[in-house]
Amino acid sequence: MASVRVLRPGLLTTVQDAGRWGLQSRGVPPAGPMDPWSHRMANALVGNGADAATLEVTLKGPELEFDDERIVAVAGAHFAIDVDSQGQSPNTAFIVPAGARLRVGARRIGARGYLAVTGGFAVPELLGSRSTHLVSRLGGVEGRALAAGDSLPLGPPGGPRPRRSAEAALPASDGPTRIRVLAGPHLDKFAPDALSVLQSSPYTLGNDSDRMGFRLSGPRLVHANGADIISDATPLGVLQVPASGQPVLLMADRQTTGGYPSLATVITADIGLAGQLAPGDQIQFEACTFQDAMAALIARERALMALEDGSPA
Amino acid sequence: MNGDAFRLVHAGDSVVVAELEDRIDERVNARAIRLAAAIGRAGLRGVRDIVPTYRSVAVYYDPLRIDFSRLSDLLSLEAPAADRGEVDRRERRAPVRIPVTYGGVDGPDLADVAAFAKMPEAEVIARHTGRVYRVFMMGFLPGFPYLGTVDPAIAAPRRPSPRLRVPAGSVGVAGAQTGVYPADSPGGWQLIGRTTLRLFDRSRANPFLLEPGDEVEFVAER
Repeated sequence: MASVRVLRPGLLTTVQDAGRWGLQSRGVPPAGPMDPWSHRMANALVGNGADAATLEVTLKGPELEFDDERIVAVAGAHFAIDVDSQGQSPNTAFIVPAGARLRVGARRIGARGYLAVTGGFAVPELLGSRSTHLVSRLGGVEGRALAAGDSLPLGPPGGPRPRRSAEAALPASDGPTRIRVLAGPHLDKFAPDALSVLQSSPYTLGNDSDRMGFRLSGPRLVHANGADIISDATPLGVLQVPASGQPVLLMADRQTTGGYPSLATVITADIGLAGQLAPGDQIQFEACTFQDAMAALIARERALMALEDGSPA
Repeated sequence: MNGDAFRLVHAGDSVVVAELEDRIDERVNARAIRLAAAIGRAGLRGVRDIVPTYRSVAVYYDPLRIDFSRLSDLLSLEAPAADRGEVDRRERRAPVRIPVTYGGVDGPDLADVAAFAKMPEAEVIARHTGRVYRVFMMGFLPGFPYLGTVDPAIAAPRRPSPRLRVPAGSVGVAGAQTGVYPADSPGGWQLIGRTTLRLFDRSRANPFLLEPGDEVEFVAER
């Protein structure tokens, strides 16, 4: 089976597919890409199905050596990319010849790139998914980030129908990134003005923000009646508020349940944009309606479907 | 007694939560588990995950494949049947027996719990093994059961600062809850013993020893 050899792993590079869904009732977090839209885009660019496993590359990318010739794309955050020292563009498919070295360097905009290879990364499935969950050490390569010397099996390249290029939603280069939220699920556990306080000025991502969640600092959110609730489900994108009043935005590797109330939830269309943020970045939250959230989701889905179903480049 | 509290709450645009009575109670929890099972049986396309908790059911769905109103209709329709307490097969399963070595290196906090309870360690063990627990829900880690409810006399609060590494199989108490760590992980519960049973083992056909609604008994090994 053809494979890719890891010469340098990058800062935090993990195998991710669409996620390990269906087992949250047994305490299994879905994991999956922090920016699901760019993950799908990367797969579409190389002609893979939407669920094929990609590498999620964080802030600084890996150096990889290829056994055989493959079509590759790095979608999402903009990274410096080269193949045997020849520069390549993000969000664009390119060919990596057999024996060539692909280097993904420093990021320029955004935090996470998705490196897709035609055929997909064929690490073994665990509980129906190849996604890496770092805390429980499940999936991917032994449940951990890539390390130098790893060899990643590739699936057969199939009949690739690569697309030319696409553009991901990325954070603002200066100033806070606008992220839309819907109120709830625990709106009634907060002071009546909490939702307006949330939108009153930006929140900054703390240094201990990771794939589980972003610790945010900004205007203090006040509970109506204490910060403890009976442990409840913790969906992707909820803003959990512990007693400190400083919210935590729960992301891909979050635990499946938690004991703090959640004031608001990031809309699905903006989750990928949130996934492009890094410590020190700022978020300006903006409450929207369910109709706005659905319109944004449909627009995003249409753009991706056009890319996935489009004619060959 | 009115056990029929039910309301639907959005958690974003891709999750709906059916909230039942806001308390930890076996009857309310049984209702949540039955409702979750009923939604699962309906097999709707676009439902991605169904998560029963102490007193709610979260349904994760793809809003581009299933309309929210269809899902909320189904939840509202199934809720009364869940209330009537139609018992599914799993609920009649015999309690799962978990052998535990209490105290010593396996249960480094047994002495602290005994001090909290103002009773000998042997009496703490007797109280912990002396009842059948319910798996109210699972979370925290793959295969971790939230078991209740602990004899109030031994319901010691969490440790003031969590341990960085709790070994797999450790049996802990945190207030009215008890549980078993399925893997090595950080943890703040009072560790009173340890089992060799694997609560989560990826090499088994069914990796999970327990599921929500199961009953559990601890048995002291010496």
